[in-house]
Amino acid sequence: MIINHPLLGPRDAQEFTFLGDASLIDRPDWEAEDAAEKFYEYAYLRDNPAGLHRELWFHETGDRSWLVVTRNTLTHEITDVEMASDVARSKGRSK
Amino acid sequence: MHDLKPLTPLGSTTAQIDRFAGLTISECPDWALASLAARRGREQDTATAAQNLLGTALPDVAATATSGDFTAFWTGPQQWMIEAPHDSHEELATEVKSAVGDAASVTEQTDGWCRFDLEGTRCHDVLERLCNADTRAMTQGQVTRTRLEHLGCFLICRTKDAHFSVIGPRSSAGSIHHALTVAAASAI
Repeated sequence: MIINHPLLGPRDAQEFTFLGDASLIDRPDWEAEDAAEKFYEYAYLRDNPAGLHRELWFHETGDRSWLVVTRNTLTHEITDVEMASDVARSKGRSK
Repeated sequence: MHDLKPLTPLGSTTAQIDRFAGLTISECPDWALASLAARRGREQDTATAAQNLLGTALPDVAATATSGDFTAFWTGPQQWMIEAPHDSHEELATEVKSAVGDAASVTEQTDGWCRFDLEGTRCHDVLERLCNADTRAMTQGQVTRTRLEHLGCFLICRTKDAHFSVIGPRSSAGSIHHALTVAAASAI
């Protein structure tokens, strides 16, 4: 499998490690009223889609950046790769 | 007074040099390293301060920049490694930190790494057996990080097709040297 790194171009998947669902970027607000429930969902509940899945990959033996990879779980086709820092910032994180 | 003798990453007092037909693999202990990471929102300040120190702009993605004693190479987004001769820049991290101030974070890296230079026309024959990097396509001044002998190493092309530096973790210098020399002996 090849991951098309936004900065470095096509790189072999063996250079990367997989973390999980990209929803891990959306860490709940610990001060919210329903924080316990939200953290339970954040830590334990995952969708398991047959099809497009956005997931976090780490370029461990590369530039050590986190990527959000959109991968089809049925075909392994990768349709989009973004820098996770850009994704987080676009959601108002890491201002 | 203690009489402390510096050891090379391979544990000797002199640098190891291995010669093959068309390739020389040499341990290069005489380089100081410091890492530089721009702080969030201070990217431009870091770029300006680093340029004033280095005499050249910080290199873009996967590139190196050399000016005088200094070489900077890109290691990640808004992160670089600065390399300079150890004799004249033993306190490289202090030097870089005083130049960039609070715009960037600087960490001493000198003894965290070991450097092996591969020089000669057969360098590709060794590197293509050991790592993913497409060294034949690399041009002078390109850098990549790659896995070599299970270790994350920086690979710098100093001269196209003729001179590459492998910079890897110092504590694994013996393994890197073993991998390089075994691959060279088998390929050449």
